[in-house]
Parts: sequence; C-alpha cells; structure tokens
Amino acid sequence: METKRTVFPNKLLPYLFVAPQLVITLVFFIWPATQAVKSSFERTDPFGFSTQFVGITHYIRLFQDPLYLNSVGRTVVFAVAVTAISMGLALLFAAAVSRLVRSSQFYTTLLVWPYAVAPVVAGILWWFLFNSSTGILPYMLRYFGVVWNANLNGTHAMILVIIAAAWKQISYNFLFFLAGMQSVPHSLTEAAAIDGAGPLKRFWTIVFPLLSPTTFFLFIVNINYVMFDTFGIIAATTNGGPNQATNILVYKVYSDGFIGLNIGSSSAQSVVLMLFVIALTFIQFRYVERRVNY
Amino acid sequence: MLKTLLAGSTAGIVLLAAAAPALAQTEINWWHSMGGELGERLVGIADDFNASQDEYVVVPSYRGEYEESMVNTIAAFRAGEQPHIVQVYEVGTGTMMAAQGAVYPVYQLMADHGSDFDPNAYLPVVTGYYTDTEGNMLSMPFNSSTPILYYNKDVFAAAGLDPETAPATWEDIESFSQAILDSGAAQCGFTMAYTATWLGTENLSALHNVPYGTLENGFGGLSSELAFNHELAVRLWDKLAEWQDAGIYAYGGTAGGADNAPKFYSGECAMYMNSSASRAGVLANADGFEVGFGMLPVFGDVAGAPQNSIIGGATLWTLAGHEDTEYEGVAEFLTYLSSAEVQAAWHQATGYLPVTLAAYELSQEQGYYDANPGSDIAIRQINLNEPTENSKGVRFGNMPQIRTVLDEEFQAVLSGDKTAQEALDSAVQRGNQILREFEAANS
Repeated sequence: METKRTVFPNKLLPYLFVAPQLVITLVFFIWPATQAVKSSFERTDPFGFSTQFVGITHYIRLFQDPLYLNSVGRTVVFAVAVTAISMGLALLFAAAVSRLVRSSQFYTTLLVWPYAVAPVVAGILWWFLFNSSTGILPYMLRYFGVVWNANLNGTHAMILVIIAAAWKQISYNFLFFLAGMQSVPHSLTEAAAIDGAGPLKRFWTIVFPLLSPTTFFLFIVNINYVMFDTFGIIAATTNGGPNQATNILVYKVYSDGFIGLNIGSSSAQSVVLMLFVIALTFIQFRYVERRVNY
Repeated sequence: MLKTLLAGSTAGIVLLAAAAPALAQTEINWWHSMGGELGERLVGIADDFNASQDEYVVVPSYRGEYEESMVNTIAAFRAGEQPHIVQVYEVGTGTMMAAQGAVYPVYQLMADHGSDFDPNAYLPVVTGYYTDTEGNMLSMPFNSSTPILYYNKDVFAAAGLDPETAPATWEDIESFSQAILDSGAAQCGFTMAYTATWLGTENLSALHNVPYGTLENGFGGLSSELAFNHELAVRLWDKLAEWQDAGIYAYGGTAGGADNAPKFYSGECAMYMNSSASRAGVLANADGFEVGFGMLPVFGDVAGAPQNSIIGGATLWTLAGHEDTEYEGVAEFLTYLSSAEVQAAWHQATGYLPVTLAAYELSQEQGYYDANPGSDIAIRQINLNEPTENSKGVRFGNMPQIRTVLDEEFQAVLSGDKTAQEALDSAVQRGNQILREFEAANS
C-alpha cells in the first residue's frame, strides 16, 4: 500500500502531536508496570510499614508452586477452547449470513447483540442458566443422564466459564469475519462457480485464504481477551473454583493480591503474565504473520 | 430524572442549611460494609448520634463487602487518606493486629480521651476475640453473630418428628434427616453455610474444646501453626461426603454458599445452619412454613461438648494518623455506639448479638426474647461455658486465604478426589505456608 508521507517543517511539532498519547501510556501503563516489577522483588506487609528486598524469591516460589503450575495449565485449556469456539462459530455464522440476501441485516443485528453485554453480566447470565438447583440447562441435562454441578465438578465449572467467555466474543469475531467476507471480490467466487466449484470448495479455496489477515488479527485480539478481559466472568461465577479448577492466571493475580494481600507474589505473577503476552504477541507478529497471505 | 435532580438539590440545600451554623463541626469518617437494610440501620445510628450533639459529625460510607472494604482501607492508608473508623470482619483481625503502626487500639483511644470505658461490660466471648494477650481490647465490637440451626417445623411434623425438638447432635442430624427422606417430607436433610470454615472447622473445634491451631489458636503469636486436622474434623468431613451421596446433606458453594438459603426457603432442605444474623432473612423468606431454632450440633460421644461457640461478624477499628480533636469525637461516638439502647435496638433489628451485657438485659426487660422465641439461642450458645483457649476464637494472619484453602480442600472431599484426612492434612500444610509468609512479612 502506498501512502503519502507527511513532512513537518517544524522539528518540535510532531513530538507535540504524540505527546498526549505518550503521557497516557507513561502514566497508565509504563509507570504502574514498573511499580509491579519493583514490588515483585520485595516482600511487604499489607500496610506497607516494612519492605524487604527479596530478589527473585517470589519468582522461584511461583515456579515451584504446584498451584501456580495448575493455574497455567487451566489457562491454556481455557484460552485454546474459548478462542477456538468463538472464532469457529463466528466464522460459521458469518459464512451463513453472507449468503443471505434480504434478512442478513436482521441476523447481523441479533448476532452482534451479546457484544453489548459486559463480561460480568455474561457470567451471571450463564451462571443462572447453569445453576444446579434453579437453572434450566441442568434440568434439561438430567434427561441425558448428566448430573450437572458446577459447584463441585471442576470440568463442569470449566465448561461453564468457557461457554460464557466464548459466547460473548462470538459477536466481535462475527463482525470482523463478515466484513472480511464482504470485501472478497465477487468476480473471484463467481468465476469459481462457473468453473463448477461448490459452495464449500469456494469457501475453503478462495474466501478462507483471503480472510487470513482478519483471522490473524482476531487470533491476537482473542488471546488478549481470554488472558485479561475474562476476569469479570470468573469473578462473577466460579471465583476460580471448585478447588482451583477455573483459577486462570489473571484471576489468581487478583485473588492472591487483593484477597490474600500477598502483594509481592501477586506482582510477580502479573509480571510473568505480562511477559507471556508480550512474548506471544511477538511470536505471532514475527513468525505467524509471515505466512499470512495479504 | 428531573425529579431526582430536584430532590437531590433540595436535599443539598437542606444539608447546607443544616451544616451552616455548625461549620466548626469535626468530621469523622466511618467506612463500613453493611449493604441493604443493615446499611440503613447503620446510617440511622450515625444520624442519631449527629443529632444528639453538635461538635462532631459522623459520615458513614459504604465501601463494598468486607474483603473489598479492607483492601480499600489498606490502599487508602498507604495513600494517607484513611478514614477514622473502619469496620473489619473477624477474619481480618489477625492482619489488623499485626499492623501496629496503622491502628489506634480502642483501649488506648478510650484511655487517652477520658472516656469511662469498661471492657468488662462486653460479653466475654466477644471481647476475647478482639483482645491481645495482655487483655487489652484492640477494636470495638459492633456486629457479632454466631452460627445457629434453623429448621422447618412443618417438615418435621410431616416426617413424624417432634417439631418442638431441635436436633442436638450430629447423630440426631443424621437420624432426623433419614426419617425426613424416608417419609418424603423433603428432598434433603440439611444444608449449611461456611461448611468448611466458620462452621465445619472453627466452630467445630470450639464447641468440642479442641485446638484449631497452636499457641492458643494463634492468639499467642505469629509463629503459631494450624492444627484443625484433628479426629473430629476428619470425622465430620467424611460424614458430610457420605451424607451428600445419601442425599442427607446438600452443598451450596464456597464461603457463605449462595445456594444454601434458597434450598431451605423452598422447602427442599429441612434444616439449615448459618449465622444468627440470617434470622431476619430466614423469617422473611420462609413462606408457608414455621421456622424452629436450635444450637449447632455436636458429636454426642465427646465429653464436655458443647463448650461454647465462637463469633463472626465485624468490629470497628480506629486508624492512626489523625488529629487529637478528631479522636475525641471518635471516642465519644464509640461510647454512644455501645450504649445499651443503641446496642439493643441494633441487636433486635438485625439478629446480631447484643455485644454488651447491658444491651442483653435491656432486651430481656423489653420482653424481646419472650415475644420472639428462638432469638436468644445465639446468645445462650456463646455463653454456655467460660471460653477456654480453644474456644475464645481464632486469630491468624492471612486468615481469608486460609479459609479459601479449606473451601478448596473440602470440595476435593465432596467430589471424591481426596479423603477427609488427606484434604485436612493438605489444608494444614498449605495454611502453614501462608502463615510463615505472613510471619516473614510482619516481623
């Protein structure tokens, strides 16, 4: 793509233009992040009277702690499932809607609705639907011989939070996929149709490859969503339980730091989480992006 | 919208007018965690105090649930914006006590500001929980409760049990529940809040007079260790898992257990154990059946049980870093707060315990207990015997985290992943790690 390059006559002016953004980044990201790094090397009482430098003790403890490793494992399961389900279903819905002529607006509106729901509310909604004494879904599941109890069964609890988190994200992914599909030139699909390719063949050989920039973008956005924004869903439903079955990394940072008041360890966890996401994004841009067909 | 705006501005003008002649009034900030009806009652107390004198004005403000409010307070303290008075729940006591520079102990506050404060006016179990090893009271008891048993008299009658006899032992609980299940009068025998924590380990240990931890349950110092993996806890937890499979017991979730109360209200479970402060809620929601009250059950074969139960709820802590004139107001307000009239009214409206003997006697004189049968169960239960070092309470740093560990381990027992012995041993071991971390951070 070719863009016209803007040239500023004044040397200072461009810096002034970016200054507000820089200030915001410094105050709301860089400064708190350095504070987190600093307190991850310290042991302090909740009120902050005595602070000792303890080096990397918190980090060593973390990686020897079976509960932390458990949390890493749970996060992987959660992230893979939510990303796969929300992107897969969104792609399916987008493909279906893009074939509609008259009613596509109607379905688009309906499918985008859940995006307006805050994660906490989405969590509570599914918590009610899946409530083992009053919810409708456990009542229906009983006919299939499933005794649903997300209070005690870790697998059930994990399924619950995966569904709630994926459901909310489908709308977002759907919008991007739909827009991506609409920008695929009709001439290509029509030519393929004339050559005798069926709808499935056309989708996999033409539309899906051309969608790859969108897919790649959504992949990064979804991983970030799962890593950070799903906090509200966990806090509103399982609180990381039962027996830490849904204690994903971002929730563990909160529960250790804010409920347990163990600020040092909590800071170390948030630093690890930050590095993890930075690394993931870096790998994605460095290696995955190369294979994306623009 | 316009209406609220109008109402708001009118209220503002009225407030301004009221505040105008009293510009010299000293403001005292009170952070609390009482939502809903309890919050209104609490604001009422502050309003009455403000109306009773014109030197100080107490400003209550709701800061979220106990956990949030405590975190907010700590953050505020670090920023130098702490309130004068904060309501902290009982499991936060260990953390508050260790924060010596942050707290202005109540006994000292009262001595410095000439209030005729008598710690002996309070119920021994209440003061025991909040005094240091030298017997000094560190925070002001405000809303204390203790767990009791509620039962559905109609279900008892339908199952052929005597509706006037509450179960006294765990053996009773089992046989009553079995009778109820066999008769089809209800689908489940009983449910309970704080199964793994406040009821199923802390009060269990106190009622049977066995230690929950070493060094007088943690009262004796930060180097104490947990000891709740005793035979009785193992027995109860094993039984609970067995009862769950038999339909006698239903689990309602961690901590207070959001699913417990609905199971009792709907008649699904015949018995329910929770805080005495749940009384108002139980009576309001128990539609179409009569509620009976009883003490917490004990194991029938343990000599000396029940000893006495321990309390929960919260106390008011005075925080350091304010002016002397303001502390005079705090002292005056706390004195007002513990007067028999205020305490008795609060106790009767909420189901919390009357924290002073005078408030208890006043309620008796007013005929409250005669008019409301069962309302004195809680106070009788905490006063059954002189508290021992096993039954005056528990005090550990990071107690909220230890409770979380217990909840998790209990879930592992109920789901069949661990035996009670394995789970409790693991809880003790994990809890001791948390305690050592706290000890290291606070020494």
